[in-house]
Amino acid sequence: MTVLSHPNDGAGGGGRAHASGSTGRAPMSTARRPARPAGALVPGSGAGAGGHSGTPVEMVELSCQFGNIRALDGFSLAIGPGELLALLGPSGCGKTTALRVLAGFEAPIGGQVLVDGQDVVGVPAQKRNMGMVFQGYSLFPNMTVLENVAFGLRLRKVGTAQRRARAMNLLEMVELADRSGHYPHELSGGQQQRVALARALAIEPRVLLLDEPLSALDAKVRAQLREHIRSLQKRLVITTVFVTHDQDEALSLADRVAVMRQGRLEQVATPAELYNRPETPFVAEFVGTMNRLPGRALGPGRVEVLGREVEARNLPGSVAAGALVDVLLRPEEITVVAAPGARGIVSSVTFRGAQSRLDVLLSADLLVKVDLPSSAASALPAGSGVEVALASDNVLVDPARQTISLAEEPV
Amino acid sequence: MRPWRAAVFAVAGAYFLLPLWAGLRFSLAYNGTGWSLEAYLGLGGQQGFGTAVWLSVQLAAVATVTTLVLMFPTVLYVNLRLPRVRRVMEFVTSLPIVIPPVVLIIGVLDVAPGWLKASPFLLALEYVVLAVPFAYRALDTGIRSIDTKTLVDAARSLGAGPLTTVRRVLLPNLRAAVLSATVLIVALVLGEYTMASLDQFSTFPTWIVLFDQSNSHVSEAASLLSLVLTWVVLLGISMIGRPRASRRRFGVPGRLVGARVWPRETGGPAGSDGGLARVGLPGSVDGRHVVRTGMSMGPAGLEGEPL
Ligand SMILES: Nc1ncnc2c1ncn2[C@@H]1O[C@H](COP(=O)(O)OP(=O)(O)OP(=O)(O)O)[C@@H](O)[C@H]1O
Ligand SMILES: [Mg+2]
Repeated sequence: MTVLSHPNDGAGGGGRAHASGSTGRAPMSTARRPARPAGALVPGSGAGAGGHSGTPVEMVELSCQFGNIRALDGFSLAIGPGELLALLGPSGCGKTTALRVLAGFEAPIGGQVLVDGQDVVGVPAQKRNMGMVFQGYSLFPNMTVLENVAFGLRLRKVGTAQRRARAMNLLEMVELADRSGHYPHELSGGQQQRVALARALAIEPRVLLLDEPLSALDAKVRAQLREHIRSLQKRLVITTVFVTHDQDEALSLADRVAVMRQGRLEQVATPAELYNRPETPFVAEFVGTMNRLPGRALGPGRVEVLGREVEARNLPGSVAAGALVDVLLRPEEITVVAAPGARGIVSSVTFRGAQSRLDVLLSADLLVKVDLPSSAASALPAGSGVEVALASDNVLVDPARQTISLAEEPV
Repeated sequence: MRPWRAAVFAVAGAYFLLPLWAGLRFSLAYNGTGWSLEAYLGLGGQQGFGTAVWLSVQLAAVATVTTLVLMFPTVLYVNLRLPRVRRVMEFVTSLPIVIPPVVLIIGVLDVAPGWLKASPFLLALEYVVLAVPFAYRALDTGIRSIDTKTLVDAARSLGAGPLTTVRRVLLPNLRAAVLSATVLIVALVLGEYTMASLDQFSTFPTWIVLFDQSNSHVSEAASLLSLVLTWVVLLGISMIGRPRASRRRFGVPGRLVGARVWPRETGGPAGSDGGLARVGLPGSVDGRHVVRTGMSMGPAGLEGEPL
């Protein structure tokens, strides 16, 4: 179920190999990333630990305990050099804990954290050279914006002039150079988080860690800043872990998305893969919208649903033919056609621009969500009778049934 | 709202100012009818005055430094690592208020080794115990008013070790809390009578009481002067503590204690000064503390308004 090795693992070790190109990255992310960063943006960054190809990071069988709560329970995940990985999962599943273990703020009770192939468990946080942006505002209130950004360089004994120049350079990157002399409280929330990002980047971190850095911001600023982070990360080629519980954010931002559940990795895949081919019912229902429809197992890998026989990619062999199972279907995997007097009744229509979402009642307790072009939906007002059909050849099933069909029959 | 405020202010003002006014008149009274500054002018030459003041100043310095060095890391550690122990700490640190000083001192004199009993340093250690409740609360309020955990984590991720974090990040942002604690401890030491007299050391407060028996006008003058002096000392402390930046930016002339001016929206350490109001004034901890020097804690600025 879990994918432990990353396609780019071969590039590890030397840390100088190209981040992309010939490696087996999924097409989508390859297309997004240039083979080389667009020039050295941070003066002197060429020789830094970050290098230009990023650092591979791997978490191996990490366990972390708080009292009697297992926050991480054998969590394993490999992050490719220069990759932007989103950690997604419901509240309390251990995302923050995983990040804090990576950063060195929390000690695992078992497992390894491999950065560039070396286990860093036991290395104190201040020696790990990882940049972190926090959920809350974390700028030092007693320092100006410039002093904040230069803080890490100052600790690294970088000379005053150079420190200043580099900090200004980073502030330009986050478009806040004109605010360098201000104090944090004089900035808006979004600006503060941009400064925090510049501050984390100033130390040329081997790994950049972001713990829901946008969650305190309003939707518009959030979308802008998200793009900002993405483009900076791409230009600087820094291995980045981005924690979020917002699936839109994860899917739109990341090269790959890791879905966590109860301290374990559930699935890690590109956003497209995760959406189109979730491996478990949990992932399927956590990412995007899912319908649950009663279906019937027909034999190895075959299932009947909505009157059609299709392939079920995850039907275990242990499920006997004829057994009732739940079939998970995306709203766009279902089509409707007007059919007055048919079993399905449109109960509501939600206009969403080009697409509309229809809620169709198949029986008293079985509601199906269907997406279709708004032009087609306009012909189907609430109350219309519709026929519901399957528009997919390969479906995901959950053998642990949750839907109730009064007739105990598949629809 | 307004009339209420004025009324409360008037009552509180009268409560604080009337005794001062009475004291001032008494110290200036001469031969029943006339007025004279004699009590003040002759003060420096009074027997034992200089040494008593000097001893109190030394005690204040030692007690302040010791208390802060003990309490700052403790409060920090409890808040960051042992949040569950906070309740216990709050109880434990309030014990010195609950236990009467007489009980404390008798216990101390029973167990203290002879060489320590002979040294005024014993008194300083006792003052540390007395100061713990105030120092703990002032520091705790301050540390909780900023997002200490995040700031510490941020500093660490940027490469700062524990000492650097405290020096460059925590202390500058907790200046108000540390100053509050300092002011409380200094005021406590300059006004404490019970322990000093039971230990038989001649500190400033014990000197005032002793001298009261021979010349009450001079004694009164001394206690009033001590009020002014304490004010000046506290003003000085708060001036030292004021960061360059805020002086430049806000240009507010020296307000009293802990006068770091924080803009409201930061929710910054401004709130932490509430510690002062919450813990109350050590000089008036109980009726046992002596006379007017206890009042030296009572510059109105210390009380209500956010400093
Ligand atoms: N310092 C701590 N002390 C005790 N329990 C903790 C601590 N930190 C985390 N936990 C527990 O560990 C579990 C995982 O917490 P974590 O903060 O990693 O979740 P999360 O995935 O980041 O959730 P969210 O999306 O709400 O931020 C939770 O059950 C939480 O209560
Ligand atoms: Mg979290």
